[in-house]
Amino acid sequence: MLPPPKLRSSQVTLSLSGIELLLDASGALIWPEQRMAIIADLHLEKASAYAERGVPLPPYDTLTTLERLEAVIAAHDIAQVVCLGDSFHDGGAGARIAPCDADRLRRLTAAHDWIWIAGNHDPEPVEGLGGRVVEEEWALGPLTFRHIAARETGEGEISGHFHPKASLVVRGRRLSGRCFLHDRRRLVLPAFGAFAGGLDARAGAFTSLFPSGFDTHLIARERLTTLPRGWHRPRA
Amino acid sequence: MDGAPEVLPARFAEWFAARGWRPHPHQLTLLRAARDGRSALLTAPTGGGKTLAGFLPSLIDLAENPREGLHTLYISPLKALAVDIHRNLQIPIEEMALPIRLETRTGDTPASKRQRQRLDPPQMLMTTPESLALMLSYPDARKIFQGLKAVIVDELHALAGTKRGDMLALGLARLMKLAPESRRIGLSATVAWPDELAAFIAPGGAPLLRITGAPGPLPEVSILATQEDLPWAGHMAVHAIREVLEQIRKHRTTIVFVNTRAQAELCFQELWRLNDETLPIALHHGSLAVEQRRKVEAAMGAGKLRAVVATSSLDLGIDWGSVDLVVQVGAPKGVSRLVQRVGRANHRLDEPSRAILVPANRFEVLECRAAVAALKAGSLDGDRPRPGELDVLCQHILGMACSEPFTADELYLEVSGTAPYADLARKDFDDALRFVENGGYALGTYERWQRLFQDSLGRYQVRSDRVAQRYRMNIGTIVEASMLKVRIRRGPSLGEVEEYFAQGLLPGDTFIFSGQLLTFVGIRDMAVEAVRASGGLPKIPSYEGGRLPLTTHLADRVRGILADPKSWRGMPEPVHEWLRLQQWRSVLPEKDGLLVESFPRGDHQYMVAYCFEGRNAHQTLGMLLTKRMERMGFKPLGFVATDYVLAVWSLDPVEDVDTLFDEDMLGDDLETWMAESSLLRRTFRNVAVIAGLIDRKLPGQEKNKRQVTFSSDLIYDVLRRHEPDHVLLRATRADAASGLTDVSRLAGMLARVQGKISLRRLDRVSPLAVPVLLEIGREQVYGSALDTLLDEAAEDLIQEAITGPMQKGLL
Repeated sequence: MLPPPKLRSSQVTLSLSGIELLLDASGALIWPEQRMAIIADLHLEKASAYAERGVPLPPYDTLTTLERLEAVIAAHDIAQVVCLGDSFHDGGAGARIAPCDADRLRRLTAAHDWIWIAGNHDPEPVEGLGGRVVEEEWALGPLTFRHIAARETGEGEISGHFHPKASLVVRGRRLSGRCFLHDRRRLVLPAFGAFAGGLDARAGAFTSLFPSGFDTHLIARERLTTLPRGWHRPRA
Repeated sequence: MDGAPEVLPARFAEWFAARGWRPHPHQLTLLRAARDGRSALLTAPTGGGKTLAGFLPSLIDLAENPREGLHTLYISPLKALAVDIHRNLQIPIEEMALPIRLETRTGDTPASKRQRQRLDPPQMLMTTPESLALMLSYPDARKIFQGLKAVIVDELHALAGTKRGDMLALGLARLMKLAPESRRIGLSATVAWPDELAAFIAPGGAPLLRITGAPGPLPEVSILATQEDLPWAGHMAVHAIREVLEQIRKHRTTIVFVNTRAQAELCFQELWRLNDETLPIALHHGSLAVEQRRKVEAAMGAGKLRAVVATSSLDLGIDWGSVDLVVQVGAPKGVSRLVQRVGRANHRLDEPSRAILVPANRFEVLECRAAVAALKAGSLDGDRPRPGELDVLCQHILGMACSEPFTADELYLEVSGTAPYADLARKDFDDALRFVENGGYALGTYERWQRLFQDSLGRYQVRSDRVAQRYRMNIGTIVEASMLKVRIRRGPSLGEVEEYFAQGLLPGDTFIFSGQLLTFVGIRDMAVEAVRASGGLPKIPSYEGGRLPLTTHLADRVRGILADPKSWRGMPEPVHEWLRLQQWRSVLPEKDGLLVESFPRGDHQYMVAYCFEGRNAHQTLGMLLTKRMERMGFKPLGFVATDYVLAVWSLDPVEDVDTLFDEDMLGDDLETWMAESSLLRRTFRNVAVIAGLIDRKLPGQEKNKRQVTFSSDLIYDVLRRHEPDHVLLRATRADAASGLTDVSRLAGMLARVQGKISLRRLDRVSPLAVPVLLEIGREQVYGSALDTLLDEAAEDLIQEAITGPMQKGLL
């Protein structure tokens, strides 16, 4: 009998355009050399946006998301944070955020080099919370950071927006969770926010982004599980 | 019929006579009760003129005292039943030219007609619990209902003790407040808990006349004595389908009942494989497209079918006079359910219903015999109605706020006057009210965004029309799983499967749906795209649809049969021999107490516990036992649960079963597991929808395929971390304890067997344990067992998913 493959761990490394990157089971992407954390789709104040419309979701999403963010920053000794857009659920988030949460976020942005890339939910990221705003894309070395993956791209694109998630069933049991998707050229991050939902990795959007298939790193129970390319296609 | 003339007016007496009918005694008794303004509960078998009995007092009152405005409200659990009763009642109204307008109002009624019904209600309105809740939420509810004289609740036994029943009880309480003079009439099949039904109709000991109709002749129920080999395991009864077809051939119209949609699909396919004469045989289950189901029902009504294979989708419903045989394939799982199904044959009081039970394996032979004995003894099962649930209460509170202002004290009094909420703690009520108001979170950040506001008198009102609109879009307690249509290529929809099931399919997987073997191609435009497969067994057995666990009552009887060899007389020889072998190689499980066998097999040690508490309770037990065995160092590897037994395998043999099965497993271990369990997450989703936190998905409101789905799991996680005692989490735990995890039943068993557990060490598998071992690897593992995967066996399973074959075979 073959030894069982090592499939689950709390971190996975991969190389994109020659850069060593670390996928973290929190959903963050770490660039260790730069002490950089890359985070997609925080959707801060999503719950209060619903509450405003009469849907009182529990008001703890911003707090939960910030706590997770702090944990990532501490674990990897992070100096720089790049948020890939949709960091705030909508334009009213700044008016709704609880003062204690706002202070907490300000402490984070003050202590690190913080970049907000604008997203479709937050074309103008909230002011007064620190950090600097980048409207379209931002690049460092061979890597380009965007909110939405560009139709045509060279190697080394890192983006968010789609909230990929994956599920598969084995003998009636189901593995399901957020996931990182990537090929040689690009990497799509899962949503980091506590209340951000997900889009099935088998959706057409991903087929167009990855015409020759993608690798999947699934986050389930605070661990990463690597599913080989083509896990979602027919087997022989 | 003495006494008839005095209560039955001449016009009605003549109408009965012209039809060649005589009023049933219970119809006249009910009439007298109504004359005295008394509420009543009528329990009678099907075909006993129950519905007419309910309406007769209203027909007579309106004939003698014609008036405008709503007089009688009829509430049925089924839209189709409301429509059918409407049609039947139209006959006496027309033939006697009674000045009565009769209308139906369900979710299918067009908006214009509903609007008109609000302004100008008919004298008699046939509706459902959901539509009643909707009408009660209108600001003009008082005007519509204040003149109400009678409320008739049909098929009460199917509603009491369910969330729909909770909703209805709350609605009835409001009706009583709007129309204090009105009478109530409950119509019900015979149930094991008549006092609870009486309390439902007349809560708080209000006066109520209980009327019991004459029982019909005992049904003739037999068990198919198959000429084929009786399988050791499996639930499909494929071996007996030829014999079932033979019975169909011999009868006019047969309903073939099965327990799950998967069984329905397979049974239908097998029947057609053998159906050389092409007898018209149809299929009916809850996943098929509505139009297709209506077509089948219409063909049944018109007498055009010789048989229909059905799940519980046909348990209730319209009477088809032509049905002369009911076949139950697979064990019936409960006596009351069997009575109901058998009653669907020959809806005539003077003739016995005929039914044949077809056990699919050896254990099911015992279960079928237990069910027949219970039927003869007239003993019924079914759980005592549980207390009303908090999520339904939340929904009701919002509905009441949409209608008219209330103070918390008034509404608490009204709600706790119903049977399901009679013991409702004031704190629970207040928490539900807070939730409705603004979510009720300890963190007070939402005070800006109230759904309710309090006026200067301290009365609660709904804040905006939008809140009321959203409430009305979300009424109801049935939360459908998110469904996807199934199409062949881009063809028309064949029906729907749970999204959950579809997500587990990989291209190339085969499954049976709508009577065909299909190959999964992909999910496109929010539909499952498939092609017809060439043949063979489906790779993926099927989806959960409709599996019910064995009832406690039937389980008791099965234990009784096992323990008493005298009762084996007349049993098929293979079963007889199987039990004798068990006696010889091990022992038989006793009626009380718990038999646990332990034996080695291959590299593993097996433990089989003969609990007979139903699959759900066994799965929960399996979860808890394996956790404990882990701690005790037995190195458990897995378990499988059937309705009868639980089997656990491990590297080391178990010892000290008394400690292993100690009741204290229901403490911390249960708590920890429940909190993480996917069952609880699924329950939370339903609770959140019913309570009004998450919008239900409405039919036709297709998800944009690029739209990101909103996950209740995420809300659950956050809420559990920050407010573990939130009212919605309390509701979720209460719901799960009685439902999917069946903790209540497990607790009952553990208490019963303490000090009476016997461990039998064997050198190899016992005859009685063979069926459950055959289930290993074949049985779909649902719910709780799903969680073990993530904690322990993920590598192997993923490896299997990637490289190995998935589900092998079906039988």
